[in-house]
Amino acid sequence: MNIVIIKYNAGNIESVNNALNRLGVTAEITADPEKIKDADKVIFPGVGEASTTMAYLKEHQLDVLIKNLKQPVLGICLGQQLMCSHSEEGNVECLGIFPEKVKLFSPEPGQEFITKVPHMGWNNIHSLKGEILTPELNDQYVYFVHSYYVEVGPDTAAVCDYINPFSAALQKDNFYATQFHPEKSQKVGEKILENFISL
Amino acid sequence: MLAKRIIPCLDIKDGQTVKGINFVGIKAVGDPVELGALYAEQGADELVFLDITATHEGRKTFVELVKKIAREINIPFTVGGGISTIQDAEALLNAGADKVSINSSAVRNPQLINDMALNFGTQFVVVAIDAKNYDERWTVTVNGGRIPTDKELFSWAKEAEDRGAGEILFTSMDHDGTKNGFANKELAKMADMLKIPIIASGGAGNMEHFVDVFTKGKADAGLAASIFHYKEIAIPDLKSFLNGKDIAVRL
Repeated sequence: MNIVIIKYNAGNIESVNNALNRLGVTAEITADPEKIKDADKVIFPGVGEASTTMAYLKEHQLDVLIKNLKQPVLGICLGQQLMCSHSEEGNVECLGIFPEKVKLFSPEPGQEFITKVPHMGWNNIHSLKGEILTPELNDQYVYFVHSYYVEVGPDTAAVCDYINPFSAALQKDNFYATQFHPEKSQKVGEKILENFISL
Repeated sequence: MLAKRIIPCLDIKDGQTVKGINFVGIKAVGDPVELGALYAEQGADELVFLDITATHEGRKTFVELVKKIAREINIPFTVGGGISTIQDAEALLNAGADKVSINSSAVRNPQLINDMALNFGTQFVVVAIDAKNYDERWTVTVNGGRIPTDKELFSWAKEAEDRGAGEILFTSMDHDGTKNGFANKELAKMADMLKIPIIASGGAGNMEHFVDVFTKGKADAGLAASIFHYKEIAIPDLKSFLNGKDIAVRL
């Protein structure tokens, strides 16, 4: 099994690698287009700002590369958001793998001191579907850190409720994505990573 | 529902866990990686590792320790202590820390908050504030609570938010080490002013104190050290107690 983690200007890529290592899986962190194309599985992690990251991906032709991958691809956090059509963060067109849009959490007036942004910490996910969000994970807690969210749409594979229901995970064809961090979500996250690896 | 977080804090000196009572009179209690992994297994929601080493050699040891923590531990963790430049923060983030906390250095150079938020994102930046009540004025202190500054707690917390802090970690120096409960009045006042999450620290002595900090204190997370290190409260017991009081926790 040849697993590649896409290396780009995003923070904390090593965390995903550490999580895979704890599962006894080795992965290569690389920006080499040939290695990414030839991998059995590709992980597209990410922590950072959407518009600057999109600009970086375009500059390095990673945008076209990622969109056209045929093997299973897992986007994490900003990775999920960048796989959508558009993000309000820096008002940027994203990869368009998923038609859903990325919006800023906007608490109702008077609620902003109660429902804090960023949405930070452990929240439960429900309405699971698809191959990596297996039924036993329903209502389990996973770790989120984000201020922008993906709206609920046709590709939603898990829903989380915070301020409004949003896509905690997406799935379409060979593309999988989570807003939360499976690499930081203990046993629940490990199960999701295992499910992805065993696709 | 977003769960209230329970965060054990580990003070690190020369690679070992310590905990001071009122930050003075330190006593070694264990191996940080082992202790961190144990807490994670028991249900801690996050961990904080604070480096209280002053020497340059100690700093290098800490970066190596952070790498080890990142490899071994499967929950998010924040590191802090002695971070005064973007380069310090970057070394720790590259070592695998999920967030970094800054305290005295932010007081001395508030622009550091902006710079860190810009470079790494707001979610990486925890601004830790140690404050003490002097004649009804909550004053920000630095150097482990030893030196009062001209900053006032609430205006400084607001400024930190405006500059790009992703979270505030507020320690009441009047409550720290007392085990008489958190500074709930001040925490609630801060929660009503800020749109970012607040981690409450200082004063945890029993399980009721955590109920109070999440209800009266309106905190998003509760941090404690000695009660966990000395096994006075076990995390699974605390979580089931909170659950019984209808407080959302991850069980």
